[in-house]
Amino acid sequence: LTAGETVPRSSTPPPVRLQISPTAAQVRTARLIAAAVARRSGVADGQLDEIRLAVGEACSRAVRLHREYAPTELVTVLLDGAGDFSVRVRDAVPAGSEADGGDSLDGIAAFDGDGAVPAAFSLAVIGGLVDDLEIGPTPAGSGTEVRMRWPLAARSGLPTT
Amino acid sequence: VDLSLSTRTEGDRTVVAVGGEIDVYTAPKLREQLIDLVSHGNYHLIVDMEGVEFLDSTGLGVLVGGLKRVRAHEGSLRLVCTQERILKIFRITGLTKVFPIHSSVDEAIAASD
Repeated sequence: LTAGETVPRSSTPPPVRLQISPTAAQVRTARLIAAAVARRSGVADGQLDEIRLAVGEACSRAVRLHREYAPTELVTVLLDGAGDFSVRVRDAVPAGSEADGGDSLDGIAAFDGDGAVPAAFSLAVIGGLVDDLEIGPTPAGSGTEVRMRWPLAARSGLPTT
Repeated sequence: VDLSLSTRTEGDRTVVAVGGEIDVYTAPKLREQLIDLVSHGNYHLIVDMEGVEFLDSTGLGVLVGGLKRVRAHEGSLRLVCTQERILKIFRITGLTKVFPIHSSVDEAIAASD
């Protein structure tokens, strides 16, 4: 930077990579960080609630699966505000481990209330909430990646706080 | 923000006022409260969600579980909620068809049969 230049307030923040242990408390941590990065990336304020909920669901799904099948592995969360705001939540549980039932909206209403709430409930909520959603194998192929994207509000150069 | 729960009786209805965040971390506390109420013979529950700041699928599961329990005793579970961001979660999961949702505790009490 030369004298007089300033860093634009609306510049894209660097991507964030977060790894959380599979505990309920860390789901909250991920949710808070995702909302903070989304805000700084320039996502419209009106979408922050949706992002908080969707990221929380993706993380709680992964955490519940890890606790059952991979309790010593970490859940990875990648946040990137370049171009759009993307969130990728990666678990390390082989696909197909997830219990059947509950991955549809009917599954929630049919839940008998006993035992743990199925991890697949989260996918039902995410599916109803997020327009730009992809669920597939992780690049390493050892688990599942839930990828969600939201558009950024028009960059005005004004602080978004 | 943690979960707060307070319970009071209105005739034969039990009102559970919930505040804070109902998520994977706090939902077990709400679940225990609902199970405890039902096991003590409170079968007509009104869950007041007006103080809820966050609700996820774990919380939904706990509420559905509560509904199943009171129905086993021919009871009822009614919700009080006017917050759009919370109502949206019930809508996208189809649970507005499962729970009677009221705009005030008084309305829920009056609606109870």
